Amino acid sequence: MIHLDGVTKRYGDTVAVDDLTLDVAEGEVCVLIGPSGCGKTTTLRMINRLITPTSGRIMINGQDASELKAEELRRSLGYAIQSVGLFPHLDVAANIAVVPRLLGWDKPRLRGRARELLELVGLEPEQYMGKYPRQLSGGEAQRIGVARALAADPPVLLMDEPFGAVDPLNRGRLQGEFARIQRDLHKTVVFVTHDIDEAIRLADRIAIMRDGRLVQYDTPETILDNPVDHFVRDFVGSDRALKRLVRVPVRDVMDTAPPVARRSAGAKEMLAEVGRTRFVYLVDEQGRLTGWLDRAQLKGGCTVEDALSDADPAQVAVRPDASLKEALSRMLGLGFRSIAVVESDGRLVGQVTLGSVEGAMTESDEHQGARPAEHMAEYSAEDTSDDSVLESIASDDQGDCT
Amino acid sequence: MRPSRRTPVLAAFATFVFAWLLTRTSWLEAALKWAFPTEVSWLHPRADLVSLTVEHLAIVAISSGLTVLVGVPLGIWVTRSSGRDFRQLVAASVDLGQTFPPVAVLALAMPVLGFGFKPTIVALFLYGMFPVVSSTIAGLDSVPTSTLEAAKGMGMSPMQVLFRVELPLASRIIMSGIRTSVVINIGTATIGATIGTGGLGVPIIGGLATRNMAYVVEGALPAAVLAVLIDVLLGQVEHGFAVPLQEADSA
Repeated sequence: MIHLDGVTKRYGDTVAVDDLTLDVAEGEVCVLIGPSGCGKTTTLRMINRLITPTSGRIMINGQDASELKAEELRRSLGYAIQSVGLFPHLDVAANIAVVPRLLGWDKPRLRGRARELLELVGLEPEQYMGKYPRQLSGGEAQRIGVARALAADPPVLLMDEPFGAVDPLNRGRLQGEFARIQRDLHKTVVFVTHDIDEAIRLADRIAIMRDGRLVQYDTPETILDNPVDHFVRDFVGSDRALKRLVRVPVRDVMDTAPPVARRSAGAKEMLAEVGRTRFVYLVDEQGRLTGWLDRAQLKGGCTVEDALSDADPAQVAVRPDASLKEALSRMLGLGFRSIAVVESDGRLVGQVTLGSVEGAMTESDEHQGARPAEHMAEYSAEDTSDDSVLESIASDDQGDCT
Repeated sequence: MRPSRRTPVLAAFATFVFAWLLTRTSWLEAALKWAFPTEVSWLHPRADLVSLTVEHLAIVAISSGLTVLVGVPLGIWVTRSSGRDFRQLVAASVDLGQTFPPVAVLALAMPVLGFGFKPTIVALFLYGMFPVVSSTIAGLDSVPTSTLEAAKGMGMSPMQVLFRVELPLASRIIMSGIRTSVVINIGTATIGATIGTGGLGVPIIGGLATRNMAYVVEGALPAAVLAVLIDVLLGQVEHGFAVPLQEADSA
C-alpha cells in the first residue's frame, strides 16, 4: 500500500532520513518509533509531502506520490497530529467536515458524516456537534482530531503522536478505542510515537529508527523476543515480559462471571454471597458497579454497610479495551488481587484476577519456550478471615467498627 | 469599552441624537453665544454643520478605504513566503508613515497635487497605514502553527488556508487596527482645511485664523463626538468577529 524506496532527506549537512526503504501492507498499522531526532516525524511528513524528500521515491497505492498534486494527495491521506490543530472558529461538526467540504460534499451528507464519526469515537453527537474547540477537554479534542482524520474515509491514516498530549489514563483509553476502530475499519496506518508501550499495543509492525536509519522492522512479538541489537534491546527495555501484556486486551482474558450481588437485595444476600466467595462486587439495578464487599473487612461488630467499600469505577475498574498490563499495574497499585471490568456506561462485565494475568504470561512464555513465572505464587495470599466472624456480624448489627 | 447587549441600541440612539442636533444649529449657536459672549459671530459662515460633517466623513471614508484596500493586502503579502523578505522594509515604511507629520505631507504633496482634496487624502492614507498593516501582520501571526499545519496537512491550498483559516482567525485583530486607523483619521482630517479641503476642520482653522474660539468649538465638538461614535460602532463590528460567534463558515 505504502512503499518507501531509498528515501533520503537532507538539511544542509545533516541527514534527517537516510536511505529509508519501508513497506506498509494494506490494512496494517505501522508504528515508527525511535528517540527524538531519529527522523520518524520527517518520514511521516514526507509521505503527505509536507516535506519534500531530497531523493528516493514514495509510492502510495501503486502511484508515485510526487506525481500527484500535493493538495489532492493530502485529501486522500487522513492526518492527525499531537497538537490536534482544531480550527477554533469552527464548531465540532464543521471541524470534522473540513476535508469532505474540500471534496465538495453537500450539507446533509457533511452533517450525517460528522454525527457518524462522533459516535465512532465515543462522543454523543447531539452534545458535541455544536461545541467549539475551546470548550473541549484535551481527550475530547484528540478524539475529534482522529474523527477529522477519518472524515473523508481515506484508505490511509497518518498519525503523529495523536495521543501524546493527554494524561496516561486517557491515553490508554484512546489507544483502546483506536484499536477497536481499527479492527472495524482496517485502515493502512502510519503512526509515529516515542512511547514503546503504545507501539507494542497498537502496531502490526514496528519500525525502530535511529539517526535517520531503520534499525529493525518487525512484528511487536519478534521485536520483544529477538531484538536485532543492543540499541533495540535497550529501547524496548528490560521489562519485556510485562510489555507482552500490553498486547493482550482485558476483554480476551477476563472472567465474565464475577461474584456479584445487587446492593438493593440487602445485607443478608450480600453476606450469603461473600460467605461463598470471600469477595463480591456490588451493582445497582442497571448492573453498574457501585462498590464491593470483602470478607476481610468484616470484623466483629461491623455492619455490612460499614464494611462495604464504595467504588468510583474510574479508579478501581478497567475497561474491556484496556491492556492487561494496565489492569495489572492498577491491581498492584491498589493492592487488589482482582479488578473489575466495566463498560463506559459503568456496567460490570467481568473481572481480571492476578491468576488470569499469570495465565496470559505463562501462555506467552510457553509460546517462546521459557519457564512459567513462579514468583507470581507469592500474590495468592492466605484467606485470613473465617466463617465465625461472618456469623457474629450476621447476628449482631450493632457495635463499633475500626 | 466592553460591549454589552445594550451597546448597539445605545450607539444607534446616540447616532440619531447626534444627527438630529447637527440639523438644529440654533441650540449650538445659543450655547456658543453664552460661552463666548464677546464674539460677534458664532457659527462659521462657509457652510452649515451637516454639509461640513458629510464632507468630513467623505474625506475619512475615502482615505481610510484606500488604507484598508492597500494595507490589509500588504500585511497579508509580507506574511506569505513570496513577500517575507519585504516584511522589515514594509514595517519600517508604515512606521515612518505614522511618525512623519501629516502637515508636512500636506506641504510636500501640495506642489504636486495642488490645493483641495487630493493632498489631504494622500496624507491621511499614509498616516492611517501603520495600525492597519501592523494589526494585519499581528493577526496573521497569532494563528497557531499547529492550526496551519493541520489545515495544510488536510489538503487545503494556500488560498484556502488564507481565506478559511487565517483571515477568519485574524479578523478581530485586523478589525481593531482598522478601527484605530479610522478614529485617528477623523481627528487628523481637520488639518485638510488648511489647504481648502473642507470638512469639520473649516470652522476650526477659520476660528484659529480669526481668533474666534466659538468657530473652533463649533468644528471640534462634532469632530470629537464623531470620533467617539465611529469608535463605538466599529467596536461593535469588531466584536462581531469574535471567535466562536462567527458561524458563517460552519457546515
